[in-house]
Amino acid sequence: MDVLAFLLEPLQYGFLTRALAVTVAAAVVAAVLSCWLILMGWSLMGDAVSHAVLPGVALAYILGIPFSIGAFVFGAGAVALIGIVRSTTKLKADTVIGVVFTALFASGLAIVSATPSQVDLMHILFGNVLGVSAGDVWQVLILGAVTLAVLLFKRRDLTLLAFDRTHAHVIGLNTRLLSALLLGLLALTVVVGLQAVGIILVVAMLITPGATAFLLSRSFDRMLGIAVVLTVTASVAGIYASYYLDISTGAAVVLCQALVFTAVYLFARPDGVLWQARRRAAARAGSGRLAAPRSAA
Amino acid sequence: MTALHADAGVPVLDVRNLGVRYGEVHALDDVSITLAAGRICGLIGVNGSGKSTLFKALMGLLAPREGSVELFGTTTARARKQGLVAYMPQAEEVDWTFPVSVADVVAMGLYGRLGASRRLRTAEHAAVGDALERVGLDGLRKRQIGQLSGGQRKRVFIARSIAQDARLLLLDEPFAGVDQASEHTMTGLLKGLRDEGRSVLVSTHDLAGVPDLCDEAVLLHRRVLASGDPSAVLTHGNLALAFGAAPAAPLPDGGS
Repeated sequence: MDVLAFLLEPLQYGFLTRALAVTVAAAVVAAVLSCWLILMGWSLMGDAVSHAVLPGVALAYILGIPFSIGAFVFGAGAVALIGIVRSTTKLKADTVIGVVFTALFASGLAIVSATPSQVDLMHILFGNVLGVSAGDVWQVLILGAVTLAVLLFKRRDLTLLAFDRTHAHVIGLNTRLLSALLLGLLALTVVVGLQAVGIILVVAMLITPGATAFLLSRSFDRMLGIAVVLTVTASVAGIYASYYLDISTGAAVVLCQALVFTAVYLFARPDGVLWQARRRAAARAGSGRLAAPRSAA
Repeated sequence: MTALHADAGVPVLDVRNLGVRYGEVHALDDVSITLAAGRICGLIGVNGSGKSTLFKALMGLLAPREGSVELFGTTTARARKQGLVAYMPQAEEVDWTFPVSVADVVAMGLYGRLGASRRLRTAEHAAVGDALERVGLDGLRKRQIGQLSGGQRKRVFIARSIAQDARLLLLDEPFAGVDQASEHTMTGLLKGLRDEGRSVLVSTHDLAGVPDLCDEAVLLHRRVLASGDPSAVLTHGNLALAFGAAPAAPLPDGGS
């Protein structure tokens, strides 16, 4: 089979082009957000929000309203609940996050199990990107575009917030409002990513691209660019892998992102672990030589 | 750089009978400090003496339980909104792996007076360039901040407050982990800023540098133990009170 046929064959199916559009759109928004999320140290928050939307999605299906509304209400609600418990107890943030999101996730499971015929739990948990309707595609594209626009417009403030919150406060910026904005955008991004890879794997889209790009960047704009390019590549590769290898689409996309991360972790110059090992070996060999008398400088 | 016209009568910093408690612990008790325009004040004390708490109160990060804090004759919130205050964090508080360049960090000093997207215009790019030139880092503007030496890192943050055109600089342990040559450069920079009418409050336990840098000193140990001219503050008796029996660092000349 020649390359062109290999690439075009899946696209003759409408469900696969829709899957491609939804996955790439969700992946781009999540990748951009992930750059701030990992610099803020909020990876666990991404985990929490994505799990906490389960009851919202289940209720939305039962009530017949758009899933994104239910998901956003519960995602934002989880963030607010975490904030309230955090500020009114002496517990550390990760503890509060753990208590709140597991409680919400469990209530989602309870709702789904009580109404088994109406909601397909597997689709919510692991995504159902091959089954998205044209209406779902539009929901994802519009929400994704809005989230991306706000993120990029406020990117300098968000970077300042992540880098030096005290300075942001001292020059009169409202750091609480900026934090709330970023968390709201996180909830929106989770909503966007749900369709593509499901609740469980959306966490990977929220963390891995930023983590990979961070290893390769010394400037934030470059980090954003690298995260987007890597995530689009991994998403497209994942969709094709899922088609030809007949494996779960969400799993294939996340595995491709993990493969890219692994490659960067091992081989990236100059900080990949293999290059580090090579430098250490060279240094050992070098110091051995230096111990001998040197005849010429 | 605009000339600074400070209202002659209004102190830059006016702390009155400030009390802060964490639970049952008195972090600050009945602390009163004033600072005029164009003065450098050294805030001296051991770890846990309340230096950081005082800085937090000055920045409006905690509300005073007793007493009051005024900056430039107004509330800390108003002074912050007007961009009058700059803060230089301790080295340990900064994430040096963060993907920002030297010029990025200095530009952050200007965000308070930019539009909602904080996009820099020509004038702001020039202000960043001027600030970097003044601290001698214009050749390193594109460097990621983690690739700088200890002294250069400190100067990035001084450049940020210069770009901000702040009139009160709060420096938290600026000389920790900095070699003597860099300390000398920074001292020169801070004196230059003072001579333009700016005020500097610098927390330190480097006693040797205080008489050269500071116009006045405050010795803090939850309460103000002594304040005024550095030579009058840094006496053996006062330091014994502040640091316990033995001073943590050698005494500067003139301490008696």
